[in-house]
Amino acid sequence: MKNKVTNILLAGVGGQGTLLASEVLSEALMLGGYDVKKSEIHGMSQRGGSVTSHVRFGSKVYSPLIPEGEADFLFGFELLETMRCLPMLRTGGTVVVNDLKIMPAPVAMGQEVYPADIPAKIASSFPDTVLVNGMDLAMQAGNVRTVNIALLGALSRRLDLAEQHWHQALTGQVPERFLAENLKAFELGRAV
Amino acid sequence: MKKTILSGNEAIARGAFEAGVKVASAYPGTPSTEILENVANYPGIDAAWAPNEKVALEVGIGACFGGARALVTMKHVGLNVAADPLFTLSYIGVRGGLVLVVADDPEMHSSQDEQDSRNYAKFAKVPMLEPGDSEEARAFTRLAYEISEKFDTPVLVRTTTRISHGKSIVFPAEPVQGLPEPNLVRDPAKFVMLPANARRRHPLVEKRMLDLAQWSCEQPFNRIEEGKGEVGVITAGISYQYAKEILPDAHILKLGMVHPLPKDLIRSFAARCSTLYVIEELDPFLEEQIQAMGIRVIGKELFPICGELTPGRVQASLEGRETVLSQSTEASLPNRPPNMCPGCSHRGVFYELKRLGAFVTGDIGCYTLAALPPLSAMDSCVCMGAGISNATGLSKVLPPEQRQKVVGVMGDSTFLHTGINSLMDMVYAQAQATVVILDNRTTGMTGRQDNPGTGHSLTGAAAPAVDIETICRALGVRDIQVIDPYDLELTRQTLKDAMARPEPSVVIARRTCMLERRGAAERKLPLFVDADKCVSCKACLKLGCPAIEWNAEAGDKGKAVVNQLLCVGCGVCQQLCKFDALGVHNEK
Ligand code: SF4
Ligand code: SF4
Repeated sequence: MKNKVTNILLAGVGGQGTLLASEVLSEALMLGGYDVKKSEIHGMSQRGGSVTSHVRFGSKVYSPLIPEGEADFLFGFELLETMRCLPMLRTGGTVVVNDLKIMPAPVAMGQEVYPADIPAKIASSFPDTVLVNGMDLAMQAGNVRTVNIALLGALSRRLDLAEQHWHQALTGQVPERFLAENLKAFELGRAV
Repeated sequence: MKKTILSGNEAIARGAFEAGVKVASAYPGTPSTEILENVANYPGIDAAWAPNEKVALEVGIGACFGGARALVTMKHVGLNVAADPLFTLSYIGVRGGLVLVVADDPEMHSSQDEQDSRNYAKFAKVPMLEPGDSEEARAFTRLAYEISEKFDTPVLVRTTTRISHGKSIVFPAEPVQGLPEPNLVRDPAKFVMLPANARRRHPLVEKRMLDLAQWSCEQPFNRIEEGKGEVGVITAGISYQYAKEILPDAHILKLGMVHPLPKDLIRSFAARCSTLYVIEELDPFLEEQIQAMGIRVIGKELFPICGELTPGRVQASLEGRETVLSQSTEASLPNRPPNMCPGCSHRGVFYELKRLGAFVTGDIGCYTLAALPPLSAMDSCVCMGAGISNATGLSKVLPPEQRQKVVGVMGDSTFLHTGINSLMDMVYAQAQATVVILDNRTTGMTGRQDNPGTGHSLTGAAAPAVDIETICRALGVRDIQVIDPYDLELTRQTLKDAMARPEPSVVIARRTCMLERRGAAERKLPLFVDADKCVSCKACLKLGCPAIEWNAEAGDKGKAVVNQLLCVGCGVCQQLCKFDALGVHNEK
């Protein structure tokens, strides 16, 4: 029998909290008893560049990189970056994406155009697309900086993992004084 | 202890702690940086940033001469800087164990080249371990100290970006007990590498490598995983994971020690396989040595020599087809290149250098991003320290009118890294070039580490701060100006004067990095664009500030807008707008 590994690709822009979300995600998966591997690139990408993070879990995981075209979930923090990563998704894969545009430099300089109708384009190839208004949820939770955790909540409902592990992971990864609002954001996201 | 998820870098720090390391020294460099930052959190380890990698290694060597275990870390290009002491240390050997971790960056995610540090192990004749995940990173680091002391040698541990920054499950162990206390022992025949002593040590080095090769044949870090059929793979490090993913049925010889090679083990493994692949990133390091043993293997004829491997690239190579790039199926989307932060003080300096037509010999740091449009204000970038010395060389050969255009640029951390030597030489050589030191009070590029100029140690405690002006003066520079790079007029005039002067002159552009840890960077209210005043000239866009966006829909020709979330109110763009369209936001 083939060892079933689930692949989650996170995509966003440097500074958006993509990395913290992937930390919580892998921690929760480990607490749930899975083997977990995660891979990402630091450095230049932190200066507003594209950021991707690969998270894989299952009974045994070898490569920390998701094989090309085999991502089960694309978890996007920004629309253009999510669009960019679509080729990594398998047919029938699920997209959970934040409804947010951040202008890359060539667009901000008026040299290139930000693609129109990204959510519709994504949904036409991947019917399992969940568009989340992360900012709305974060504001409801009382802190705009909890967007990433609200989005994680939306993803969490689609993964095979008990709620207690998510809470435990959040408690371990988020500084205590921000914990309450992050838990709130997670709950709001989970309801989406 | 409980299992936990750690990055390779965190796991190496844990391994060093478990091994009883007393001194750790490093210069930050992606992807190695977090090792030292994590080591610093463990009790009993004196961890400090060194101004460069050669110094870091020499500090580690000193500790090891005293009988303590020492850890030294750096990225691959850093090992070039540290190569000098490494080669002689190979002859000397160790007292307390010495482990040097070197992090390679295949694919050059944040590096200027993608050299394969395994060649250094062979060249310097020292053993090298290569972990394949975080748990091995922990265990191999710990083991490396035993090997170091058992075989009287420094040990290299090599990682690559995917190990350093990848995370996987780790099982921490208890620290070793009963290590000897450091003390002074005189042993000149071992520690003083005069030719006569060195000649006696060289045969010992050769014998050590033979002994190690033999010993490693029976060690569990070099292991055979039985598969089905006739296909075998010899591999190490991260490549092992891709091999397991793509060829789940193959026999695998997974090497934990990539130098010296366990030749007998390789021979017996090869004898069982009719097809034998070597899967490795970058150079055909294992492949060439195994071929030289008379064993036929398939390696770089299939697998790429440039860039990192991925499961897809391994698969495609095996099938003999081109790798499908993950982006290839998408219509062209706007790129998102990295950029200097909003309010970064480097922006104004490069803007003015460009206007003055300077030929900028650059260096490695956040400011290297100034080479990208729209600033496009860097003409060369070789390595740390080269910004100044390249300028010296250039000015030696150019006619006078062109000579005046040459400006060497580097940051404060790079200046303290190897720039001091370069400036010393520029003065001594009587070169007529200008030097700009972008002093942002931190090591910005790698994530704001402290350096001897910041007044803080790795742990954030107060430390004596180097005075860069005084150093420059001591090196013999007579013309030194300190400016605020937010003031464009002042910046331009100062640079212009300095460039006109027929002697080495130094301009220190000082402004705290926007990401500085202690929050010392100045943030003001965001600016806004008065749409009525904006005439759509796009002058402000030339700065490439992430906070200024072009709204093509506004007016007939479009208008500039300031992203209120990003703008820190530095006011540099205000100085560019001739129409006074950029105003200060009024909160009330
Ligand atoms: S991190 Fe500091 S030096 Fe680097 S771009 Fe940002 S402000 Fe400039
Ligand atoms: S420089 Fe001034 S007038 Fe020109 S586009 Fe920018 S804001 Fe408008």
